[in-house]
Amino acid sequence: MAVHRLTFPTTEEAIRELRAGDEVTVDGHVIGIRDRTQIRIFDQGVEPPMDLRGAFLLHTAPGVRKLGTDAEGRGRYEKVCIGTTTSARMVRFTEPLGERYGVRAICGKGGFPDEAIEPMRRLGMVYFAIVGGAAALETTQIEEIEEVAWEELMPECLWKFRVKDFGPLTVGIDAHGNSLYHDVQAEANRRLEGILERL
Amino acid sequence: MTTAVDTDLYGVVEDAAAYLYVWALKDIPQDLRDALADAAARETSIPGQRVLNTILKNVQVADDGGNLVCQDTGIAVYTCRVGERFPLHPVRIYQALKAGTERATIEHPLRSNSVHTLTRENTGPNTGYRLPIVHWEFIPDWDGLDVKCVPKGSGSENMSFLKMCVPADGVKGIKQFVLESIVGAGGKPCPPGIVGVGIGGSADYAMYLAKEAIARPIGTRNADPHVAKLEEELFQLLNETGIGPMGLGGDVTVLNCHIEHADTHMTLNPVAVNYQCWAARRASAHIGSNGDVDYDREA
Ligand code: SF4
Repeated sequence: MAVHRLTFPTTEEAIRELRAGDEVTVDGHVIGIRDRTQIRIFDQGVEPPMDLRGAFLLHTAPGVRKLGTDAEGRGRYEKVCIGTTTSARMVRFTEPLGERYGVRAICGKGGFPDEAIEPMRRLGMVYFAIVGGAAALETTQIEEIEEVAWEELMPECLWKFRVKDFGPLTVGIDAHGNSLYHDVQAEANRRLEGILERL
Repeated sequence: MTTAVDTDLYGVVEDAAAYLYVWALKDIPQDLRDALADAAARETSIPGQRVLNTILKNVQVADDGGNLVCQDTGIAVYTCRVGERFPLHPVRIYQALKAGTERATIEHPLRSNSVHTLTRENTGPNTGYRLPIVHWEFIPDWDGLDVKCVPKGSGSENMSFLKMCVPADGVKGIKQFVLESIVGAGGKPCPPGIVGVGIGGSADYAMYLAKEAIARPIGTRNADPHVAKLEEELFQLLNETGIGPMGLGGDVTVLNCHIEHADTHMTLNPVAVNYQCWAARRASAHIGSNGDVDYDREA
């Protein structure tokens, strides 16, 4: 299980280097996104006002404090407590995020079900597992909230964070058809059968 | 009629609720810290160790920076043990808990999670119709009030399960249902945490008991030896599943298993599972009839 350091946005080539179970620390930019953000993009057909090519998406509804507005009337915010939400609810957006917008990584907690494995393999994407609930630490790794779009969806806006030493993340699903979640679940079911026989 | 004592005690309970909510979110109990450190010491899988070490580091960072341990401020759940002679009526205790929850949310500020269950519109600063949720217990021949605040995160609350086993399923049916529930939940409830199980009573009461079970200090055992034995057994078996920290595989799937029970109908055998994530936050206050407050992180 190798250890990597990656700066986002990144390339397909860099993503294909990663293997399920590897440890990754991230620098650069992270885009915060959640249920309602993706419903707006894909179900309501509204183009996202941010470039998602090569992007790292984080499943989050951050706790923030409003500082004011800039010259164009957009809100400026500072972080209060930023953590990660359960990913499984949002798995159906994986394929279009990769295909239409060139997203390279999706990060959340709890993992994606098996339906994410094939699109991630084909399109060159990975799922990163963050430590769910470890928001105090995660907040210190976010340097700044650089941009916020769709403020009316607060807190499920489209956020652009600049991060440093973001992690450690674990590659949960790689771009080669491997999923730690699939393997752990299969093994747990096998063990469960044995346990139930002994009861 | 509202008396002076009433007004004072109302303020005391409100202050206590506001304090407990924020304190629980920032400073997790020592027994939980110990359980997490033990887990990190015995975990052998590499992703599992990575997760547990990150959790320990996170708790430290929250301590150092005075930040919340987890971003999910949850749904505020209080457990009240009200003495027969405590001078403030439970109606007023409830109002005070609600006011305290609101004040903490606005003043800190905390993320507000409460919405109308159909329209999904926000209903207030972590309050709303029937929110916060309060569990009551009434204690004869006592003049005090114990309040415990358990902010309950949604990631783990979503992993709640109920099965009306039949008596013929017996204890084996109970064990099977708990094991299948936790394997099915995988990494979603932020494992390793406390598996709360409620058995007996009725359908609704079994789930209520499961919630009581997760609020106990970690690793405490039920006073009934039959139930305590089942807690021990399930604790071992759950860790044999290999789900591991955050569902990434490993030795530590749960920090413990707590069970609360009630006697039931001869043809009922209800089993409820309520999961509490690793951020098993709780904080208590003991309030005297004279308004003295003793805060207690370990109760
Ligand atoms: S399940 Fe618990 S630890 Fe995980 S995000 Fe929710 S409240 Fe935090």
